[in-house]
Amino acid sequence: MNAQEIHQLLLERFGPTKITGVNLTATDPWIEVDAPAIHEVSLFCRDDDRLRLNHLNDLCGVDYFEPDAKKAPKYGHEPHVEVVYHLSSLPRRHKITVKVKLPRWKDGVAGEIPEVDSVADIWGIADWHEREAYDLMGIRFLGHPNLRRILCPEDWVGHPLRKDYEMPLEYHEIRGR
Amino acid sequence: MSMQLEDPRVVEFDVRTDEMLVNMGPQHPSTHGVLRLLLRTDGEVVHEVTPHIGYLHRCAEKIGENLAPPQWIPYTDRMDYLAGMNMNLGLALAVEKLVKMELPEKAMVLRVLIAEMGRIASHLVGMGAYGLDLGSFSPFLYAFREREIVLDLFEEACGARLTYSYLTMGGATHDLPETITIPPGLASLSGKSPKLTLSWIDAATLFLDWLEPRISEYHKLLTRNQIFIKRTAGLGILSPEMAISYGCTGPVLRASGVDWDLRRDGDPIYTKMYEGYEFDVIVAPFKDAPPEVVLGDNWCRFYVRMLEVVQSIRLVRQAIAKYPTAKGAFRVPYKMSTKLPKDEVYLETECPRGQMGFYIVGNGEANPLRARAKSSCFCNLSITGPICKDFLLGDIPAIVGSLDIVMGEIDR
Repeated sequence: MNAQEIHQLLLERFGPTKITGVNLTATDPWIEVDAPAIHEVSLFCRDDDRLRLNHLNDLCGVDYFEPDAKKAPKYGHEPHVEVVYHLSSLPRRHKITVKVKLPRWKDGVAGEIPEVDSVADIWGIADWHEREAYDLMGIRFLGHPNLRRILCPEDWVGHPLRKDYEMPLEYHEIRGR
Repeated sequence: MSMQLEDPRVVEFDVRTDEMLVNMGPQHPSTHGVLRLLLRTDGEVVHEVTPHIGYLHRCAEKIGENLAPPQWIPYTDRMDYLAGMNMNLGLALAVEKLVKMELPEKAMVLRVLIAEMGRIASHLVGMGAYGLDLGSFSPFLYAFREREIVLDLFEEACGARLTYSYLTMGGATHDLPETITIPPGLASLSGKSPKLTLSWIDAATLFLDWLEPRISEYHKLLTRNQIFIKRTAGLGILSPEMAISYGCTGPVLRASGVDWDLRRDGDPIYTKMYEGYEFDVIVAPFKDAPPEVVLGDNWCRFYVRMLEVVQSIRLVRQAIAKYPTAKGAFRVPYKMSTKLPKDEVYLETECPRGQMGFYIVGNGEANPLRARAKSSCFCNLSITGPICKDFLLGDIPAIVGSLDIVMGEIDR
């Protein structure tokens, strides 16, 4: 199936409130899913016989934010965080990108990281990818079995891949700059 | 996969002792770099394995956001430092797909040639280091002797031995040299004069001619060695369903019997490079496997790598035959200031250790908005917890070693 057929199938099954957007003209076409629906859409993607998207190639976060106020008007994106799921099907030989848009901070309170349902029970590898996204991008995955930092030390403060992250000046008496 | 009571290896089974937490690593010789495994042991039996990673984390993705893609190429070398060429290729192809760049035939032939040579070198280390993990020292020395010549040839082509930055957007940085002095290792092994000058292509052919008959020696040393078979066969069994669910790729996936190789099944921009080449995708089970071997065990993972070396030799030979008559230049220029369009690309390539993915989001500037490197070993390592459960402590290095991980790529 191509991206358009996959989008049509998901739209028929879940309706436009859960499948909120699509970009079929992008080099890698993507489908946008409403954040609360991601778990049921993922489960359908994996188990439906026409889709069989059994391989989660990658799961990562993207921070759309321009910290420089001068450049911000030309940036072209509303400030938000995206979780991007790259799915492919080994038996059906097709692939699709699924995106979930989240606010940069939960309820607009700086420092409160946004939340989305975990898909670690659907694809085993999502466990580690979600830990990495939590660690580096600051996204909380609800229902994750073991949401700890994976690459940074456990007592690290902040989420380094956020655009407004500032490198700490000192970490355990090691100078940062 | 829990252990059976009648299993003769478990003598301690009914004399339970206190559970103990044992740290293996981060500076343990058989963890292939700085990997720490936290083992919950009951006597010799390991009930739980928790890998702790991140000791080699160098913020490669954050750096990538602040550099133009050609400047990020040297950082990809340092991810999987045993297969730098293949990592360069992955990023170069992703950016080329993003800016819709067409490559001349010669550049593509050059890339196949170099990438497959890189695969040979990487699998040789994988083989040698795995023998070393299991206490067999000599295959390691042979593997490094052979790999040394590949590194010498790469050095002649681009000036570096490990961190090449050779394959870049639009092709490669240099053409293959017309005349080189024969690498000293190759001269002594092939019995040629050390002052002999020849073209790079001829030197590569000479090396392949010398390497090909050696492979049966490795099979005698390791693959068919009874001790090796006892240490590997039937251990660390990974079912195909689990391999797919845990995102395992490359030789690990194929050893579980899943017929999937991106050189054949991947993105068109990548498979186009391999069009017109003949090669087999190596998939377990094997007809010539010893009777103890089970689908998806350590032995299968090892054997897939060994057979892939032969396929890579085939591919390099075909590329060498095509190279002199290939049309076009070895590169098309890519300017550092090229603006990346407001678009995004996720591209995976078949690296020696699995599918390495690069996700580049452009935003109308030379630097990408997001540069993500999805590591293949990261996914392959995530399986250690489930497959090491309930094995003996001494088998853990055998299982982790069979995944052939490189920490530089996992931690990025």
